[in-house]
Amino acid sequence: MNNIIAMPMIIPLLTGIILVFLRHNTKTQRVLSILSSIGTVAVSLVILHQIQQEGILRLDFGGWLPPYGILFVADSFSMLLVVTTSIVTGILLIYAFSSIGQQFEHMFFYPFVFFLVAGVNGSFLTGDLFNLFVCFEVMLLSSYVLITMGGRKVQLIESIKYVTINVLSSWFFLMGIAYLYGTIGTLNMAHLSVRIAEVGQGPLLTVISLIFLIVFSLKAGLLLYFWLPGSYSVPPTVIAALFGALLTKVGMYALFRVFTLIFYHEPIITHTAIGVMAILTMIGGSVGALAYNDIRKIVSYNVVIAVGFILAGLAISTEIAFQGAIYYLIHDMIVKALLFLLAGTMIYLTGKTKIEEMSGLIRNYPALGWLFFITMLSLAGIPPLSGFIGKVFIGQGAIESGSFALLIVAFASGIFVLYSLLRIFLNSFWGETIINEDDDVPLKRGMLVPCILFAIMTVAIGIGVEALAPYVSDAARTLMNPEIYIEAVLQGNR
Amino acid sequence: METLMTILVGFLVMIAVYLLLSRNLIRVILGTAVLSHAAHLLLMTMGGLKKGSAPLLGENAESYTDALPQALILTAIVISFAVTAFLLVLAYRTYKKTGTDNLQELRGFEDE
Repeated sequence: MNNIIAMPMIIPLLTGIILVFLRHNTKTQRVLSILSSIGTVAVSLVILHQIQQEGILRLDFGGWLPPYGILFVADSFSMLLVVTTSIVTGILLIYAFSSIGQQFEHMFFYPFVFFLVAGVNGSFLTGDLFNLFVCFEVMLLSSYVLITMGGRKVQLIESIKYVTINVLSSWFFLMGIAYLYGTIGTLNMAHLSVRIAEVGQGPLLTVISLIFLIVFSLKAGLLLYFWLPGSYSVPPTVIAALFGALLTKVGMYALFRVFTLIFYHEPIITHTAIGVMAILTMIGGSVGALAYNDIRKIVSYNVVIAVGFILAGLAISTEIAFQGAIYYLIHDMIVKALLFLLAGTMIYLTGKTKIEEMSGLIRNYPALGWLFFITMLSLAGIPPLSGFIGKVFIGQGAIESGSFALLIVAFASGIFVLYSLLRIFLNSFWGETIINEDDDVPLKRGMLVPCILFAIMTVAIGIGVEALAPYVSDAARTLMNPEIYIEAVLQGNR
Repeated sequence: METLMTILVGFLVMIAVYLLLSRNLIRVILGTAVLSHAAHLLLMTMGGLKKGSAPLLGENAESYTDALPQALILTAIVISFAVTAFLLVLAYRTYKKTGTDNLQELRGFEDE
């Protein structure tokens, strides 16, 4: 029983509500949103630290003991993601200050960012399947608003697809919940796990687990990613970065949670399906990343490749692979945000979106060029940067469990990531300078600072991985041994 | 009774899929609305229909009806209401901006 673990959801929610009333007061909105982000980061770090000392924390809302009430559960895995979410959002807000424009700020941009974060953090923390659905919807409704913000023609057209596909996946989610409640009679995740272990995961339950696989694959972009590149490339830069960094991660978190805690008895069916889907996702993402010349499309397809790579860790399902997947999740949230910001900044500076229309940018904007270079190396997994450790662990897990197909595709996809970004780098940063010194658009400091902060984070995680290791290994241990989670949730009142 | 309800759910899904696959944007939105109602009905059926008296201690009954599905449906209805409202506004804006509500004609916009 610990009220602090509701804070990562409540602080953004309250901030969002307060900001709605400060619509025309831009300065106050900015100050409040930064303060609230710092507060969320601080609270999340405190919780993460507390988990290491006291074990998994839980909060039963209204004093209803599990499995009867709704509850929040904070283990290392969810808190690591909450911390990263809060930090990434804070830095993205700094970028928003100088780029999003007065028009958006008056049209409730900040409140909806905070509602989105509340939904994301809520999804990470909840211990109840229906509550997960509700938090998903909070997140999705805010994302619907954010994606249409600005109301350009392409945005509206893409958002129709985005909203419809998400309504459909929410429907699948509800159907899955209904079937599960009909067969098992509970929705508390720990309780579900206990009961399924008792009755055994028969064919009926495996089919239900596949429904959940469809739902979360749609949200995460695992194989069912056809909606992703379109809708992630239309909104303004900050919003696209927010989506690229956070939204698919929530789907991946749900996949990890459901297939390690609840449906882990039939790995031959479910985990093989995830493995095959991960392979196809990486192949499809690589093809997409090489096929387009539009920077935003290339960057969006890079999100797809990362989804496949991280879920390869779930398909392998060993403790080492889980550790790798968690490292890579954290790394991916930071670096994808950075990548989207850099792509958006390039488009802002040149006014063009195709790579062949830009050239020699490194002459005009050396800092931007170097930042892009660091991002590229980090995504490719070059040692001193944050992508390296995740790749090593996933590779090690794949070798130990003998999943060589996954291993080959996962590492080949890394080469395609590198090549697709190298194409941008060679075309846009190298070569002859098109923009002459007189009429180049000045790079705002407010745009450069957040990018530098992200770059510092990717270097810091790469070098200071030792500091992160105890948290990640604890998270992986909990994923590997669901009893720890179940014991923490149901202790004393089974 | 449960079997009858399940058949009804299937029927609703059939209508919803038909509407979702049509080209008219308003029909698609109606399809999503019908689809979510099918899910709500299924949730209620899965909890078991009227197995006992109302779930109040004062009733002193042998068996009680499960109240949880009702609570779930209430939440889900509110959410689907919000999403449908948003979709209708989105459809209106799209119609104003593009001058068409035919999904076939909305395809293939590369740039503005």
